Amino acid sequence: MSKKMSGASSLVQSLESAGVDVMFGLPGGAILPAYDPIFDSKIRHILVRHEQGAGHAATGYAQVTGRVGVCIATSGPGATNLVTPLADAAMDSVPLVAITGQVPSVAIGTDAFQEADIRGITMPFTKHNYLITDPKDIPRAIAEAFYIAGSGRPGPVLVDIAKDALQKETDFVYPKELSLPGYHPQLEPENQFIKDAAALIAQSSKPVFYVGGGVIKSNASKELMQLAELVGAPVVTTLMALGSFPDSHPQHLGMPGMHGTVAAVTSLQKADLLITLGARFDDRVTGKLSTFAVNAKVIHADIDPAEIGKNRFADVPIVGDLKRTIAALIPAVKAEFAKNKADLTPWIASMNKLRATYPLGYELPKDGSLSPQYVIERISALTGPEGIYVAGVGQHQMWASQFVKYENPRTWLNSGGLGTMGYAVPAAMGAKVGAPDATVWAIDGDGCFQMTNQELVTCALNNIPIKVAIINNESLGMVRQWQTLFYEGRYSNTSLDSKRVPDFVKLAEAMGCVGLSCERPEDVDAIIKQANAINDQPVVVDFRVFRDAMVWPMVAAGTSNDDIMIARELAPDWDSQEL
Amino acid sequence: MSTHTLSVLVENSPGVLARVAGLFSRRAYNIDSLAVGPTENPDISRMTIVINVESHSLEQVIRQLDKLVNVIHIAELKLDESVQAELLLVKISATSKNRFDVDAVLETYSASIVDEGADYMTIEATGDAAKISDLLNALERFGIRELAQSGLVAIERGSGSLADRTLSTQSIPTADSGQADYQN
Ligand SMILES: Cc1ncc(C[n+]2csc(CCOP(=O)(O)OP(=O)(O)O)c2C)c(N)n1
Ligand SMILES: [Mg+2]
Repeated sequence: MSKKMSGASSLVQSLESAGVDVMFGLPGGAILPAYDPIFDSKIRHILVRHEQGAGHAATGYAQVTGRVGVCIATSGPGATNLVTPLADAAMDSVPLVAITGQVPSVAIGTDAFQEADIRGITMPFTKHNYLITDPKDIPRAIAEAFYIAGSGRPGPVLVDIAKDALQKETDFVYPKELSLPGYHPQLEPENQFIKDAAALIAQSSKPVFYVGGGVIKSNASKELMQLAELVGAPVVTTLMALGSFPDSHPQHLGMPGMHGTVAAVTSLQKADLLITLGARFDDRVTGKLSTFAVNAKVIHADIDPAEIGKNRFADVPIVGDLKRTIAALIPAVKAEFAKNKADLTPWIASMNKLRATYPLGYELPKDGSLSPQYVIERISALTGPEGIYVAGVGQHQMWASQFVKYENPRTWLNSGGLGTMGYAVPAAMGAKVGAPDATVWAIDGDGCFQMTNQELVTCALNNIPIKVAIINNESLGMVRQWQTLFYEGRYSNTSLDSKRVPDFVKLAEAMGCVGLSCERPEDVDAIIKQANAINDQPVVVDFRVFRDAMVWPMVAAGTSNDDIMIARELAPDWDSQEL
Repeated sequence: MSTHTLSVLVENSPGVLARVAGLFSRRAYNIDSLAVGPTENPDISRMTIVINVESHSLEQVIRQLDKLVNVIHIAELKLDESVQAELLLVKISATSKNRFDVDAVLETYSASIVDEGADYMTIEATGDAAKISDLLNALERFGIRELAQSGLVAIERGSGSLADRTLSTQSIPTADSGQADYQN
């Protein structure tokens, strides 16, 4: 059954057939034909103020819903503005479909007005991409794009469509079946490796669950809980996995990595077995690779075979969807435990002691000014674990990872892999669209906020009442911290101190938001409560915090996890620990 | 450091060469040679890639390649299990005086003359890398004016075909409405 229509209508009908309910975008010449049928479509189109915002918003939407996020832009500069969010989504395995207009097919390759080879540009960081010049190819490309973006290891897919393909008449038929001879994600784990993994787990006396973002993508938190409680081993959750296992759980040691807890970092270093679930041995977790977890065997479960053995040899490789993998491990481990089970008591006791001795903490500023960590801790306490927290990149991001208490998956969004300043405001907007009933807090830096705050206009005009906490330390704080530690305090170009320019309260008000500010510790709770009570408008709170606060613990880049510091020039007292 | 010959079946779609070349360059894999051409199936091209594996394992290279949606199948063709050949076109200086010596060399390497003039000769030869390099050594003394060489192409020994064994006809149903939950 086919219908005659324009390529543009075919595109919009294809998006509807793919189940799209919302997209974020901004029109221009080459994509303009598509905006005509979009006008009549039941798909909600949210007009952003910058295409980068559209991309991150689609990411935020995808991260909270688990569905494929959609953004749309015109050719040339519209398309290149999507480059950063696409790279971001590739690094964090976010399912995204980006639609871009392209110059008419006869003009391709002539340096035509607003021509950019966006397919070529985005090849390195899209899971796949298309250039469509024939309208009959549109439905198949869209159907494939959604399938590829959302299946296997999720990722971004770009569909670039020449303007004439949108204008020409075509037959619309949405494909019932797809044939992708080169794409077969392996979902079912191999039984033999499940058995091998279970045997290793039963023998290990110092196992640790090293949990990554894959557990969230595959919705495997329930299964993880069952397996973790069955084994009893400590659990660490990476920056991408916060919320996949409750922070409050007695087995949880916190986050590993550069700014992880002493207990989480040390557990990996001292373990005899890493039960790696959807994590990728990123350098921010391993520190100097050759000194990482040197005595540990590795079980590595991931849906992407290329992750296995990429950075660290896997004694037991398991390729498959994590939900199925973990579900398969549970009975296999039970069967092994019926035969034998190593005693974990001394291991658990020593890790619990470490956690008790070196909890996350911070010193209050001596001058009585506002502590950034305190602000974030209070936002978490007053908003609760049902809230969604979205960070920018910098010190505030690390504090948000440390001092917000996460209990549920898909409640913590950040740019983990690419480290994209400017992620927070648009991603929070997308998150709020995907989860309209949740309280969504963007915890942003004053630097990051100045990159993408214009999307607050979009929020104000489209009834997307997010809340933004600007952790305003008047500096590019994380870079400044490195200058403090590694460049003798020579603060080259990291100060944003400019006599309160911009005035964030006025800026917020100008964008149709409620603007609040806070500089005294005693006002923090009242202001957070005030912000939480506002549900019909976006709210921005300018928290003017102590400038010299630092993120601790820290494993300096390129050094060993064994050299973790809990404060400046202060290492844990290893002699008093029996490990 | 070791070299490996990969036979890569790819969908015959635009941009596929750029995807493969881009992957090798951005992941810092060393390519010795790359040859692309049609196969018995008009929808499929074959790339023969000779790579030099140093810091990356061959397995890692193959897995990254396999992630490209247009890459259908990758096989390593070991020397003893495949026939491998390069094509050489070389223009040498040749006169009536050394003509006899040149002929002797050509005979040894079953090479042939495809173009000639009063003072030059263009020679065509095929063979594996070792043969081609020996031939070039033997021709050196006549004076090499110009040479053009193809990448290596290779095919499995035996009666089977890679494509027969690997092409799946499996198709994936698309959900008509509502985003499908492909994973679970
Ligand atoms: C787009 C981009 N540019 C530069 C950087 C490098 N960088 C990392 S953190 C940071 C400082 C961020 O400042 P701010 O948003 O105020 O956060 P703070 O560290 O002060 O909490 C910078 C510049 C980056 N991550 N992203
Ligand atoms: Mg700052």
